[in-house]
Amino acid sequence: MTVFSMPFRHLLPGLLLLLLLPGCFSNNRHQGEKLYAKNCAGCHGDQGQGLARLIPPLAGSDFLADHRAQLPCLLRNGQNEVIVVNGVGYHNIMPGNKALTSAQMTNLLNFIESHWGNEAAPRTIRDVQQQLDACPAPGAAQ
Amino acid sequence: MLLHRLLLPVGAALFLAVTACTAPPKQAAQLPIMGERDVRPRADGGPADTVFATVPRFRLTDQARQVITNQTFAGRAYVADFFFATCPGICPKMQGELLKVYTKFAADKRVVFLSHTIDPAHDTIPVLRDYAQRLGITDASRWHFATTGAHGEPTAKDTVFQLARAYFTAALPDKQAPGGFAHNGTFALVDDQGHIRGLYDSLNPKEVARLIEELPILLAEIDSRKAVAGK
Repeated sequence: MTVFSMPFRHLLPGLLLLLLLPGCFSNNRHQGEKLYAKNCAGCHGDQGQGLARLIPPLAGSDFLADHRAQLPCLLRNGQNEVIVVNGVGYHNIMPGNKALTSAQMTNLLNFIESHWGNEAAPRTIRDVQQQLDACPAPGAAQ
Repeated sequence: MLLHRLLLPVGAALFLAVTACTAPPKQAAQLPIMGERDVRPRADGGPADTVFATVPRFRLTDQARQVITNQTFAGRAYVADFFFATCPGICPKMQGELLKVYTKFAADKRVVFLSHTIDPAHDTIPVLRDYAQRLGITDASRWHFATTGAHGEPTAKDTVFQLARAYFTAALPDKQAPGGFAHNGTFALVDDQGHIRGLYDSLNPKEVARLIEELPILLAEIDSRKAVAGK
């Protein structure tokens, strides 16, 4: 134990504290981007480009702007209707995600709506929670 | 003097190291043959024959209602995968990657593409036709979207799962998986004689790049086989 001889010994507790410090912060930075990569990118693409006429794009999508208030419910319950995005009709099943919290959904939507040419105002968790509370029952006509 | 003695071996080692990196392999590259092989002794006592595994016999129907069998691909290479139209899991990514490969070789009639549905109950011919058109594939003879259940065969699902195994793709019904089926996104490259010559994970961009690199190697091999047969 010559390394930590007398002059350094009092530094040890401080060093230990420094090591523990990162645990105090949540790892929510870039949460929206991570959630996108995990839940959405498989179908909608790394850059929100979609896939031909099978999967609608999110990049520069008029649907996102025109249906802003419905998007939290769309993410939660999914959909299986024909939807028109940038003038192209798509008909594929989008699975819902019941596991995302309103905070996660806010981060996810804020990520999507501020990338790839999308420029929507940021959402707050409160707004998203209110929209989720007002979701029509799954299966009911929207 | 001492310096000279040191320099010579160091220089030689450096030279060897550099040439090892740049010298091209002497032999023409050839793709391996996947699967079990069987060695059969010859009756006349000559060198034994090695029999390589081939894709089993199949009979499918594609989006243009054309019957597709092993014979459809005779003399040509093809890339095969397994998907289903409503798959919300890996299929869009997988088919998007295969579309990239297809686009590169769209004009090269020596290679054909074949996507099997693993959900024949849902993916009827009209569904497959719609899927192909939405992906931008107008010529069914270049990229077949095919089913084992064109006539509502009750065994269609078992048949395609069995076929998937032969192409080294795991596919099975799974209520937990998105869309109800669990499968992996393997691309299989098949040669003109039905041997599988390469397997590529479609979810890994490096593997897809490897398929694009290796396809011409197989095409050259098939060309040389045809040249020999033509003589």
